[in-house]
Amino acid sequence: MPNLKDRLREGLEFLSPSNVGKYIQESQIYRSIFRVGVPDSDRKRMLVMLGSVFLHLHPVKVRKSGIRMRYTWCMGGITFFLFLVLTFTGLLLMFYYRPTLEYAYVDIIDLREQVPLGIMREIHRWGAHAMVISVWLHMYRVFMTGSYKPPREFNWNVGVILLVLTLLLSFTGYLLPWDQLAIWAITVGSGMARATPFLGHEGPGAALLTLGDIPLVSNTSDARFALLGGRFVGEAALLRFYVLHCVGLPLVAGFLMAIHFWRIRRDGGISGPV
Amino acid sequence: MEFIKDFINFLSDPKILIVLASALLFVSLRYPHKFYTDRAAAIVFSGMALFLVLSMFDADFRLIVSKPDNVPIVGMLFLVPFFTWFSMREAVRNDKRLADGKPLTEQEETAEKVLTWPDLVYTELICMVVLTVVLIGWSLLLPAPIEEPANPSASPNPSKAPWYFLGLQEMLVYFDPWLAGVVFPSLIIVGLMAIPYIDTNPKGNGYYTLKERKWEISVFLFGFLVLWILLVILGTFLRGPNWSFFGPYEYWDLHKLEALVNVNLSEYIWVKALGMGLPGNPLIREIFGFIAILAYFLAIPAVLAKTSFKRFYNTLGAARYHTMVFLLLAMASLPIKMVLRWLFNLKYIVGIPEYFFNI
Repeated sequence: MPNLKDRLREGLEFLSPSNVGKYIQESQIYRSIFRVGVPDSDRKRMLVMLGSVFLHLHPVKVRKSGIRMRYTWCMGGITFFLFLVLTFTGLLLMFYYRPTLEYAYVDIIDLREQVPLGIMREIHRWGAHAMVISVWLHMYRVFMTGSYKPPREFNWNVGVILLVLTLLLSFTGYLLPWDQLAIWAITVGSGMARATPFLGHEGPGAALLTLGDIPLVSNTSDARFALLGGRFVGEAALLRFYVLHCVGLPLVAGFLMAIHFWRIRRDGGISGPV
Repeated sequence: MEFIKDFINFLSDPKILIVLASALLFVSLRYPHKFYTDRAAAIVFSGMALFLVLSMFDADFRLIVSKPDNVPIVGMLFLVPFFTWFSMREAVRNDKRLADGKPLTEQEETAEKVLTWPDLVYTELICMVVLTVVLIGWSLLLPAPIEEPANPSASPNPSKAPWYFLGLQEMLVYFDPWLAGVVFPSLIIVGLMAIPYIDTNPKGNGYYTLKERKWEISVFLFGFLVLWILLVILGTFLRGPNWSFFGPYEYWDLHKLEALVNVNLSEYIWVKALGMGLPGNPLIREIFGFIAILAYFLAIPAVLAKTSFKRFYNTLGAARYHTMVFLLLAMASLPIKMVLRWLFNLKYIVGIPEYFFNI
């Protein structure tokens, strides 16, 4: 019969980090999730890229010149990561925020005063500002390397629409705190829509659109009214912007991002000299 | 000290700022190897940092720069010039390599393929970790802004759009909302989307270069850096109550008066030049403006096709050529209107306020 000391040593050896790691990696649960295991050989490094739904956005092998940060500035990746951060923090904010005139402002105040992890709104707001800048810089890089040229013309176009969506997402989110900064910024911004040619009641040509004596485009039927759901930035506008901000625009952006990433692969990966 | 502050206030006047920035951009593109060097960057960026730090001692400057929503724009003030310098430095290097008959920086590694795991995945991981740390640090240090509860009857002065639209709001100084707020933004989007179809230059695809794409890059940089980024910065930091101009060290005086003595083109011609009254019919009154606008968009492309843009017309073909020139003319209309305003106080080229049709 082995003495107590030996059994203790055996037990401790079994519990050593490398042994526990090995035990976990050989377990059926682990192997069912991560089929390849630790990518310690080139073959496994390729398999891990193919096996993971997240990593398979990337090809197995990439051109060395294309992945240099000197070349890409990593701005596209940063933009996507910021989008994920904003989705996550935005989801948490939705637990506490009610888009009504009665609650919107106090809910925002409570986010800092009452809610645990009270910097979610900060991360969301600063991340949103950072995303606008990173999208601009990403497009700047793509332009400066001529990466919009054939065969990537269409993907540049998808990118332009994603730029517009980013700005609209930020714009719709700007209203939600329902403070002075918010409503007046949106009042100024959405006020432009009233000057839309033909479709805004103060736009050129709108006066021509009449049905007998009745003007077709008035301040209750023009582009601005459609945007705000009213003649001024009020409760209807708050709800409209909230729905667009949390559901409508992210869905469209997500859909276009899928196309954007897919086309990067189809158009030959990260650009580089031919 | 006051003298320096007054001088900087004087330099930040939109007229001077925009002219100086444009001149700097084009001179630097003419002599890129002199401007986009490591030494120039060290001088410029330490100068900017010094300017920012020293200016923080000024109460008015501190007030506008440390407004929470303006902090990212201060960051942008450094990031955009940094990446401009960085990409141009790469371009200058590549151009020199091309001239020497050597392969491009990118070409040296292009043929080589590496495994995505770990070469790319780890870079991305590090980027994500750094960015997360930055975001959390930023959020801990700087609370998100929240002002008084919304009050539809008390409009603040100035009322500003979100910062990324302040370039458009700045355009409102020169154009009416239907142009500055609707037509020009649409044209910016259309123009950006048209770029790959207009630019048929096969060179410079997938690497930094200036020499092989000087024309495209000059136009884009003027649009992006001067007409967009600079106007955003102007609108954020230098526009105060009533959208009046305030230097960076100037107190935002609510009662600062700027005489508006702007005159329409029709008045210049009918009243001042011809000595007649303004005709009653708006179409006759504005006839000269209409002629000017039509000539601008119809005659100029035709003339350019035969003269200095002949090579574009021949290589691009009619459809591409006319799209490009229309977009360029639309883009150029902003600086042209700016200069006309600064020199002649010109308000509208065509002014028919009866139908909200003012250009």
